[in-house]
Amino acid sequence: MSLLEVRNLHAGVQGNAILEGINLRVEKGEIHAIMGPNGSGKSTLAGVLAGREAYAVTKGEVLYQGKDLLALSPEERAREGLFLAFQYPVEIPGVTNMYFLKAALNAVRKHRNQEELDAMEFLSLVKQKMKVIDFDQSLLNRPVNEGFSGGEKKRNEIFQMAVLDPTLAILDETDSGLDIDALRIVAEGVNRLRSPENAVVVVTHYQRLLNYIVPDFVHVLIDGKIVKSGGKELALALEEKGYDWVREESGAVPSAVQEAGTR
Amino acid sequence: MNAPAEIRDWYQGRFTRFEEGLNGASHSPLHALRRRNFAAFASHGFPTTAEEEWRFTNVAPIAATQFHPVLAHEVRQFTEQNLQPWPLIGSGIVLVFVDGHYSRALSRIPALQAGVTVGSLAEALLKDPALAGRFRATEQGGADAFTALNAAFLVDGAFVQVDERVILDEPVHILSLAVSNGAPLLVQPRHLIIAGDRARLSVVETYAGKGPGVCLTNAVTEIVVGEGAAVEHDKLQMESLSSYHVGTTLISIGGEGSFTSNAINLGGALVRNNVNALFEGEHAECTLNGLSVATGTQHVDNHTVIDHASPRCESHELYKSVLDGDSRGVFNGKIFVRQDAQKTDAKQTNKTLLLSDGATIDTKPQLEIFADDVKCTHGATVGQLDEEQVFYLRARGIGETEARDLLTFAFATDVINRVHVEALREKLDALLHARLRQGRVNVES
Repeated sequence: MSLLEVRNLHAGVQGNAILEGINLRVEKGEIHAIMGPNGSGKSTLAGVLAGREAYAVTKGEVLYQGKDLLALSPEERAREGLFLAFQYPVEIPGVTNMYFLKAALNAVRKHRNQEELDAMEFLSLVKQKMKVIDFDQSLLNRPVNEGFSGGEKKRNEIFQMAVLDPTLAILDETDSGLDIDALRIVAEGVNRLRSPENAVVVVTHYQRLLNYIVPDFVHVLIDGKIVKSGGKELALALEEKGYDWVREESGAVPSAVQEAGTR
Repeated sequence: MNAPAEIRDWYQGRFTRFEEGLNGASHSPLHALRRRNFAAFASHGFPTTAEEEWRFTNVAPIAATQFHPVLAHEVRQFTEQNLQPWPLIGSGIVLVFVDGHYSRALSRIPALQAGVTVGSLAEALLKDPALAGRFRATEQGGADAFTALNAAFLVDGAFVQVDERVILDEPVHILSLAVSNGAPLLVQPRHLIIAGDRARLSVVETYAGKGPGVCLTNAVTEIVVGEGAAVEHDKLQMESLSSYHVGTTLISIGGEGSFTSNAINLGGALVRNNVNALFEGEHAECTLNGLSVATGTQHVDNHTVIDHASPRCESHELYKSVLDGDSRGVFNGKIFVRQDAQKTDAKQTNKTLLLSDGATIDTKPQLEIFADDVKCTHGATVGQLDEEQVFYLRARGIGETEARDLLTFAFATDVINRVHVEALREKLDALLHARLRQGRVNVES
């Protein structure tokens, strides 16, 4: 049984098809990168997996640890160990990071029939996890993401990941808006959280994050389909040559012709 | 315009009965003030929605009810036991008023610091009749019908005076109870709070009540903030859902003085709060915060006036509402900046969270600026919970209902967190948690 198995997934928003037959299999211990040009459907895929209600799945299925993932609510998916690191983490005024994380962790623990942590136990766990991502303690007592810099927000996502200890983490463009130092810290955090018992799917536009989080598999997503899969060397080829050669090789309409067609 | 005859006749009858009970006291200057106010009320009657200040709030149900002003000898006996349902917040100084009259038995006044007077206004007026001259809210001040009605039957309330440079260590709690088991009652406390120059004090007013009868609480609080003094005034209104509440707070702030009001409304069928602040000197500061949580057919109206009559003063306003069911909220924020009031800095914000399709808010900023070197900003938002925030919480394992409650609470608690009286803040926290459950505003049955 695979950790995640996406079979012929079609999905769209308001009648517009975005994903047109995605097939993907992720096993524990693996890191997958999903790359593709803007508008190819990368974030849609991440959103569908996390349970964003704006997207309608029109065909296909997703099995997570053998269960029908699409039948679960977003909170049930999270409690089952799925984690989405947001491309644009949301600010939540009035709710401190600490309170939020404790509520989230205890919801997950309750689901797993584990005892809820009291304030002291939670604090000691948090202190230990803060080291993973070099997270500033002052951010803990501030409202979730409010007034955080871009880098602090992304770091907060990985910090949450460390505390919630997911089985499958999906990082949606976690590299966007990060300078090189922040990128390194975030990537190191993800690497420290790796284990044979979990898996990571990195969704990204650029190859540079993959210098730090080295993928086992790279998939190229174009026009809602995975048109090519390979090892980490595929990412380097994309960095060097762009996406058009993959597009041509796969028989997809070249972007120049596509643009001309819309005129 | 004259009051309709039946209203005039009804209250004339109540007033005559009240006067008869006063005996010799009916010749005092205080009574002359009452008479003038009664005449003002009788000639005007209750306001109607034809008046701009009452456009969104229809007090016809109040005008249509024959309320009995509760006279001193009619107050029912209350025991400590009866107080249980209501919060006597913290310990320290507690003044309890039952149907508008001071209850010595239920109040707690420990040994007071030098320079501090706390007690019943009726007793203070006996000792010093000149105190009546301190009232600004009378018919001469252009007071409205409700303030005039309060002054017409003025007998008792809280009196708090802190002398120059004295810092009152603990807050004064004023608990006003309105309880009717039968006939509709008119409960009219009149509070007077005076902070001498550079004095500091906090006052918490709680209005609570119980049905099944109907009560109209028509309270007037006057607050004098001396030069360089600092006053926090917190008001928690949690009257019964069959009750009417009209509360008027008048504040004058001396130069370099600082005043903060936090007004929390949870109860009442029809609620109108008037908060009117006047800057009487330069470099003073005024902060008015409010939170209204309503559901069913509750109607909560907050009217504020900040009169920048002096230069270089700062005012901040934050009024928030959480409305559910078919409840209705009103916010009217008037700011005057007089011609001489240069370097005024005024900021007004009104935010409303609507939890149902049936809830509505009317919000109206009203800035009248006659000076040319000032900074005045205002903003209003009305909306629902942000679905992206809800999804973010759910994506971390928090259930949908819990996520909605958490976000609603966070919206509301922004005001609670501005209360400096810790015991009240904790109480409000608990009250709010109980109110905001299952994605709704809940009230006790």
